[in-house]
Amino acid sequence: MKTGRRKRLNKLQRDNIIGYGLIAPSMILLIAIGIVPILITVSYSFQYRVLTDPLNTHFVGLENYVTLFTSSDFGQIFWNTAVFAVLSLIIQLIVGFAGALLMNSAKRFVGVIRTAVLIPWAIPGIIIAYMFSFMFNDQLGVINSIIQTFGGEPVSFLTNSGWAMFVVVIADTWKQFPYISLMLLAGLQTIPADLYESASVDGATKVQQFFRITLPNLKGILLIVLLFRTMGAIRIFDIIFGITGGGPANSTATLLYQAYKYLFGDMNYGLGSALSTVITIIILIISIIYIKVLKTDD
Amino acid sequence: MRKKSLPGKIAGALGLVLFLIVVIFPFYWLIITSLKNPADISMMPTEIWPSRFSIDFYENAFIGHNLLMYLKNSIIVALGAMVITIVVAFPAAYAFARINFKFKKTWQNFTLLANMFPIIAIVTPMFVIFRNMGIINTYAGLIIPSVIITLPQAIWTLIAFIKTLPYDLEEAAQIDGCNRFMSVIKVILPLAAPGVFTTAILAFITAWNEFMFALILVTRDSMRTVPVAISLFPGQFTVPWGDMAAASVVATVPIVIVVLICQKRIVSGLTSGAVKG
Repeated sequence: MKTGRRKRLNKLQRDNIIGYGLIAPSMILLIAIGIVPILITVSYSFQYRVLTDPLNTHFVGLENYVTLFTSSDFGQIFWNTAVFAVLSLIIQLIVGFAGALLMNSAKRFVGVIRTAVLIPWAIPGIIIAYMFSFMFNDQLGVINSIIQTFGGEPVSFLTNSGWAMFVVVIADTWKQFPYISLMLLAGLQTIPADLYESASVDGATKVQQFFRITLPNLKGILLIVLLFRTMGAIRIFDIIFGITGGGPANSTATLLYQAYKYLFGDMNYGLGSALSTVITIIILIISIIYIKVLKTDD
Repeated sequence: MRKKSLPGKIAGALGLVLFLIVVIFPFYWLIITSLKNPADISMMPTEIWPSRFSIDFYENAFIGHNLLMYLKNSIIVALGAMVITIVVAFPAAYAFARINFKFKKTWQNFTLLANMFPIIAIVTPMFVIFRNMGIINTYAGLIIPSVIITLPQAIWTLIAFIKTLPYDLEEAAQIDGCNRFMSVIKVILPLAAPGVFTTAILAFITAWNEFMFALILVTRDSMRTVPVAISLFPGQFTVPWGDMAAASVVATVPIVIVVLICQKRIVSGLTSGAVKG
């Protein structure tokens, strides 16, 4: 008994050593190139730190945060971020759902459809940005060409603030919906077919089946997709960089894009770091909810 | 789901075709634009199918914009990030999938969290540190940051793959006299090869598409990756859409072909890593 107990303890200890030995390289890397820079950013956010005035760097407490929250930009970029997040979530969920249902019901050409759906996912965001920027160009764009062919007036998509946001949402949707579709498809395929069979025997219509069977069974995945895409909307950068550069008149600048402008446009590391810290805190909160949801979903 | 009426079938097929057109059109338009004759690109109304083709834009991209140099940089960075990622991710994923150690869940959640880190909060200190270390404008200075994006994703994808492998095989190998290390090398690694392959492809594509680090951490033109190089094609007053389209096709078509060949695996890799823990 005694030797058996010692042996078990030894196995536990051995597992701890082996386990930590195996994860150490990855975890050290993630801490060194993830956590450490983020902590430095937080420390920058309490400093007057402007690249064009390097000798004057000093601690200023919360001054950057005060400047940030009282600046006239802040309300607008917060609003832009919210509008972008809500609009893109709604459109991407609808398109993503349509894609998942089509893939699920398609009996033939499944490979073709899956292939087509993966193309947007594989293209760099900045290239997608230029593709849509060109398609929606007011003088050379194919969209305006089509509008004119049908007798309409050309639209200045990228110089009108409402339309510019619309183009950014459309481009982001094109990039992101494949992921949503594939996730929802994976969920759809776990719903047992006899649920639908017994429902249709009971006389339930397709619409009723969708709301009574499909949606409730996808609740977990939908929530994960929702949280994941909310974070995606906050983290979006290359699409905005390539299509509008935050314009016209800052109408498509999100929190993250404004942080980029503070940091690398104005060279104001203090202010930019304060905004980056705010973004990190928002992401952290959503991430923790996300991890909790994943756990309960297990 | 079964016994569909004819109008229902037609509506479904139409929906599918419409969906495919919407999905494929932007990519089609990119390729068509890159193959147009430079004189036709500003023609209005635009030709949906060009009356003549030309490779002028490709000549501009390769000769005028030195695309090969950027391609070389992109390949080195993406390959480097991929190799480092797999080498450190595989042992970690194995430990998470098979070994019970203290605070395992905490570290696993930390990995998940690392996947969400906003790059904007990482890139500024990294720029300062890298400049002090003198690795701005080096491959190392681009590969290291890419790993922060590829590594968490790789660990989660690999955990999911390793968990699907039968554990009895490993145990049998250990009883047969292999130690744990040997049993992993002999039994798990060959079985996990498809999973490792998929994870490697995902890591390569993620690193290849990375933009913000590559934009900020490189200040010398000769070290730029393709996505950043393309974003710098536009001049003060003109945007060379055709040249950018040609360069974009060169940068995306190889990736798209890889994706097409490995689509089944990529789909399982993408969804397994994210859905299940």
